Amino acid sequence: MTLMHDRDLGTPERVSTDLLTLEIDGQTVEVPVGTSVMRAAALMGNDIPKLCATDSLEPFGSCRLCVVEIDGRKGTPASCTTPCENDMKVSTQSPKVSKIRTGVMELYISDHPLDCLTCPANGDCELQDMAGIVGLRDVRYGYEGANHLDGLTDDSNPYFSFDDSKCIACSRCVRACEEVQGTFALTISGRGFGSRVSAGAGQSFLESDCVSCGACVQACPTSTLQEKSVIEIGLPTRSVKTTCAYCGVGCSFTAELRGNELIRMVPDKKGGANEGHSCVKGRFAFGYATHEDRVTQPLIRDSIDEPWRETSWDEAIAFAARRLRETQATYGIDSIGGITSSRCTNEEVYVVQKLIRTAFGNNNVDTCARVCHSPTGYGLKQTFGASAGTQDFASVASADVIMVIGANPTDAHPVFASRMKRRLREGAGLIVVDPRKTALVRSPHVEADFHLPLLPGTNVAMMNAMGHVVVTEGLVDRAFVADRCDPASFSAWEKFISLPENSPETMGSETGVSALEIRAAARAYANAANGAIYYGLGVTEHSQGSTMVMAMANLAMATGNIGRPGVGINPLRGQNNVQGSCDMGSFPHEFPGYRHVSDDTVRESFESLWGAPLRSDPGMRIPNMLDAATAGEFKGIYIQGEDIAQSDPNTEHVMAALRAMDVVIVQDLFLNETAAFAHVFLPGTSFLEKDGTFTNAERRINRVRPVMPSATGMSEWGVTAALAQALGYDMHYDEASEIMDEIASITPTFSGVSFSLLDEVGSVQWPCNEENPLGTPTLHKDRFVRGDGQFITTPYVPTDERTTRKFPLLLTTGRVLSQYNVGAQTRRTANSIWHQADILDMHEADASTRGITDGDWVLVTSRVGETRLKVSVSNTTPAGVVYTTFHHPVSGTNVITTDNSDWATNCPEYKVTAVQIRPSVMAGN
Amino acid sequence: MKIYVPADSSAKSVGSNSVARILGAALPQAHMVRNGSRGMYWLEPLVEVETDQGRVAYGPIYAADAESLAVALNGNGDHPKFLGVTSQLPWIREQTRLTFERVGIIDPLDPVDFQAHGGLAGLRQALAVTSESIINEVMTSGLRGRGGAGFPAAIKWRTVAHAQSDVKYICINADEGDSGTFADRVLMEGDPFTLIEGMAISAIATGATHGYIYIRSEYPDAIAVMNAALDIAREHDWIGPSILGSHHAFEIQVRVGAGSYVCGEETAMLESLEGKRGMVRPKPPIPALSGLFGKPTVINNVMTIAAVPYILAHGGDSYAAIGTEKSTGTSVYQLAGNIAQGGIVELGFGVSLRHLVEHFGAGTRSGAPLRAVQVGGPLGAYLSAEQLDVAMDYESLTAIDAMLGHGGIVVFDETVNMAQQARFAMEFCAEESCGKCTPCRIGSTRGVEVIDLIIRGQDPDNNRELLVDLCEVMTDGSLCAMGGLTPMPVLSALNKFPEDFGLTRERTQK
Repeated sequence: MTLMHDRDLGTPERVSTDLLTLEIDGQTVEVPVGTSVMRAAALMGNDIPKLCATDSLEPFGSCRLCVVEIDGRKGTPASCTTPCENDMKVSTQSPKVSKIRTGVMELYISDHPLDCLTCPANGDCELQDMAGIVGLRDVRYGYEGANHLDGLTDDSNPYFSFDDSKCIACSRCVRACEEVQGTFALTISGRGFGSRVSAGAGQSFLESDCVSCGACVQACPTSTLQEKSVIEIGLPTRSVKTTCAYCGVGCSFTAELRGNELIRMVPDKKGGANEGHSCVKGRFAFGYATHEDRVTQPLIRDSIDEPWRETSWDEAIAFAARRLRETQATYGIDSIGGITSSRCTNEEVYVVQKLIRTAFGNNNVDTCARVCHSPTGYGLKQTFGASAGTQDFASVASADVIMVIGANPTDAHPVFASRMKRRLREGAGLIVVDPRKTALVRSPHVEADFHLPLLPGTNVAMMNAMGHVVVTEGLVDRAFVADRCDPASFSAWEKFISLPENSPETMGSETGVSALEIRAAARAYANAANGAIYYGLGVTEHSQGSTMVMAMANLAMATGNIGRPGVGINPLRGQNNVQGSCDMGSFPHEFPGYRHVSDDTVRESFESLWGAPLRSDPGMRIPNMLDAATAGEFKGIYIQGEDIAQSDPNTEHVMAALRAMDVVIVQDLFLNETAAFAHVFLPGTSFLEKDGTFTNAERRINRVRPVMPSATGMSEWGVTAALAQALGYDMHYDEASEIMDEIASITPTFSGVSFSLLDEVGSVQWPCNEENPLGTPTLHKDRFVRGDGQFITTPYVPTDERTTRKFPLLLTTGRVLSQYNVGAQTRRTANSIWHQADILDMHEADASTRGITDGDWVLVTSRVGETRLKVSVSNTTPAGVVYTTFHHPVSGTNVITTDNSDWATNCPEYKVTAVQIRPSVMAGN
Repeated sequence: MKIYVPADSSAKSVGSNSVARILGAALPQAHMVRNGSRGMYWLEPLVEVETDQGRVAYGPIYAADAESLAVALNGNGDHPKFLGVTSQLPWIREQTRLTFERVGIIDPLDPVDFQAHGGLAGLRQALAVTSESIINEVMTSGLRGRGGAGFPAAIKWRTVAHAQSDVKYICINADEGDSGTFADRVLMEGDPFTLIEGMAISAIATGATHGYIYIRSEYPDAIAVMNAALDIAREHDWIGPSILGSHHAFEIQVRVGAGSYVCGEETAMLESLEGKRGMVRPKPPIPALSGLFGKPTVINNVMTIAAVPYILAHGGDSYAAIGTEKSTGTSVYQLAGNIAQGGIVELGFGVSLRHLVEHFGAGTRSGAPLRAVQVGGPLGAYLSAEQLDVAMDYESLTAIDAMLGHGGIVVFDETVNMAQQARFAMEFCAEESCGKCTPCRIGSTRGVEVIDLIIRGQDPDNNRELLVDLCEVMTDGSLCAMGGLTPMPVLSALNKFPEDFGLTRERTQK
């Protein structure tokens, strides 16, 4: 249920070019083949009463309120399950159907509490609406009969409750769990009058497989499944459309409020990324935004051993500016820099890099994308010419074979995973390349055709082996290659990849996967009508991260899987605005739009727009900044929304670097781990307070609208602009929209973008310009952005991070559904109920040889550090590999990750750390 | 000496296994066949002996009679339970046994016996002609679905045959859940090859390659016999990769139900076959186009498909010559309840109910006057003694607001309380409703409550009106026949026997 009622047309849209014409209540209507009578009537503005039907679910035909009469047909068919036919004549109202509808409502109400006035859904209840619409005036059965009024309420989920007494057994929740979310956690238990919604096999919602995505709450027509916030506070009274600030899926939501109190987040049916779906984080875990830990006053201190002092914005900014200038005066113009945040809006990021390039006078700007998807930008730029994924999310619905590499979308990108699982249930093939048995390998109604559990660090070996199969078994799409790709580069690649050293038989021993399996999987991908690759940080966060991205691109080009729906190379971006922060010029060598700082024409155009001289030499990357800091050469940093002391590898090194600096400015919601080393803390705004845009993993630019006023009294871009002013550079904007207008004016791929366009059409995928005024869902359609697709040879080079007798196990890392990255937000919500601590997954064999059993505490030691974790013994990870998450600072996961990084982009090798594990006492003891 | 002792589960329930054991021990020289039942249940266990006159019957031979029978058979055969030549017994002689032509006669699992009695003639004929000719032959026969709906089988087959699909299915509904019905079981236990032959013919006609027989779990013997028969059929290439050496491949598997009446509804059966909760699917899509696993699917009742071998072997015309104009061929009626002679009667459609109940059934078992007959299972109408002259075919029964259903006939004598029977109908619906649609899920429970109020005399006029309104909502509003037909026994009882509800006849006529 939602406050802002989008018209519910009752049954899903059917797309067809074949139209048919029928008559409903004497009016003629034309609809695509497959359209239900209910939807056809609704399209004419004629809403047939309904309870079990909703246009996000396939028709079910159970409530029997939507019965109609059709000329020449017996009886009273349900309009939701009856497809339109040519020349059909339908009557939606007659004494006969009226009697059935009233009779059905009379039955419903005979088993429903008569507490409308005190019900949380009063005024927002379809059962209540229908009772009125069908004209129910009397329940002649009385209320003495069998009923479910004593039904129990299941309050186990922290965000919503299930009140059995109000359930009308319409199965909308069950169907939403199956069709929309794809988890199959809910069912109907019992039969007949005893049919009741059940989570799992008679479990509570919390104990069951429920992933708390909220699809069931959204689907419930009554108050049975209801947000606890609505029960406690009441129905919202106003709403604002905005974009989720968690992962790179970038779901659209309607924030529903009373005054400035956020009651609930309702996924937007019109949202291009999510089309009405959500996950537990986006839908429910927004409480951090108003958490008491939020800092709303600027803080300063002269040195990090002093306590913080609250101050005014003016003083804080003046203080920061003075310290920065003093540092530059002493240590040189290049001694300061900054880091932009992938959590912030495009506009906020843009002004930070502009501040650095103009007011700081150098190119020492980098972004937290450095540590996640920088290899994606690099690899796809080299091969295809555009640093972005090639498809929209909807593309997966046309894929025939899906290869998921180093990604765990059901946990990390759950709303996209639901789309993918829908396609898998329709029969698409699935190849999972991952050391772990992720949920995609096998879960209800999903089973991978191939699971290739490769050893961490051997991605390129695997991809080369697949390329070898494609080339040597004659599976190359020669026409595509000849037509679209650079011939010389293909020849070189073909020669290279055909070498016996790249065969599955040779590479199999590196990867630990049998050559037969690799061959079969490669054939499946290559032979698919549409083969699509989806990948995550398991690809990028390696010493050969960029190589791997290019190896995948080679494979896609060789098999012709680029340039149409259903195919492509699709990065699943970790953060809400990784794509955007990269687009906005966050890298030290690139201006907005990925244009090199050394390009004179480009630089001159920026100089003229920004009114300042700009440097032509690339600045420092994060690791360079940190190294220079420990060497005493880099002394000041402005960190926008990133907690490098927790999130970056080799924590000891990061802390030493921060400690060595004279001015550390942190702009964030909370006093994070990095703030412990800061001199200036500039309180940030939550996504609920921001005005701007996020760009998701499919290049979709979504609007972020201020749902409530800024808790700090300032916008973040306003703070950055004020700092620029204080540094003597004239930066001024009245509105966030002006920043986007400036971006559009100088960035060819953004030239058509404006807030007014986004407000009008919802969202666009860049490039959005004169040729593509409404954006570009699929890249490289007729030609690659760079012209000809470029094959790049990708020799496999094993990582230096090898196992030895001292460090015999490989540690790799990942995320869980309920928590998000370092947990700064989700740990401040009730989501912690699902994941209270990071756990080390360990294979039985590795555990037993060390005398470790399930639940034991262990000491994890790497070449750079050690930490303590609790163990879960399972066979989710293969022998020789251990796995943990990094959501809790106390786990110190990055205390043990090393300085190794991608050769091209310095993206850290988080996914491979050689470790030893020994039994230990509990952490903290 | 060749003797026949039925292994039919009804015969076993009255001791035929003991009889077989005793006779086997006493007559070691005899060749004993465990045949199916002849369908004369008041005579079971019915022991037959091969003689010069043909097979002669003794019955009922309980365990206590077995030794004396053995003595008699070692002598001249005289025994007080001697009935005469089986085929000349009026009950058998007066029937038109086409579908049941071999049941009770052959050894159910003997492929030679089966073929010696005409088995496989239909299948061989089917392989000799085009699939379109098979369908035409079935069309000519006028064969209609025996599950109750009476839909022409050939139209269903043609729809499946013309559907384009990589795989098609044949699903046989043997979830024989109607009260008073047992024909499917008797056939599966007594002549399982006929069902297999019929399915193979349907597969050739429609292009189906996989068949399922969905048997209720309450039929363990039928399940065992069918599985054994399938093994034998596979061994002899009657089914498998190459039916009788032809290019037609067809595999059959038995699937066992899980105790839900609704799974006898064809779409709920499909859900169950797919491993899901047994709930009714809306139609369209019709199963012939999108059935099992979304593929084109023939769904036929056991009795429908078992009639097919005869039709192919003897021609559609000869089948159509039997019965009435619109209800052609034979129907397998099953006599049960308070009846003197219960069992299987296969006759052309159109025989009067009175003939079945009074002539074949010989009236009530109690001897008390007959008061009501329920035709067509628990959802069928109650007919009064005055209605016994109705012709037993689809049209004549529909004309009096009744239905043939699966051919079950349950007789009640004057001690029956029809208000309790009406209540039972609602209760049965409440018990067996899948819970999907509102009229059935809530309506059946309310129906029981309202009938109770009427019986208790509480505001009877208004509650009678409410019951009638409820029945209308259930009839017109339910998703499937479960809720849609439950009002039939309720209203027939209410209208014909108002006095049992404490109402006067006038008060029920609105």
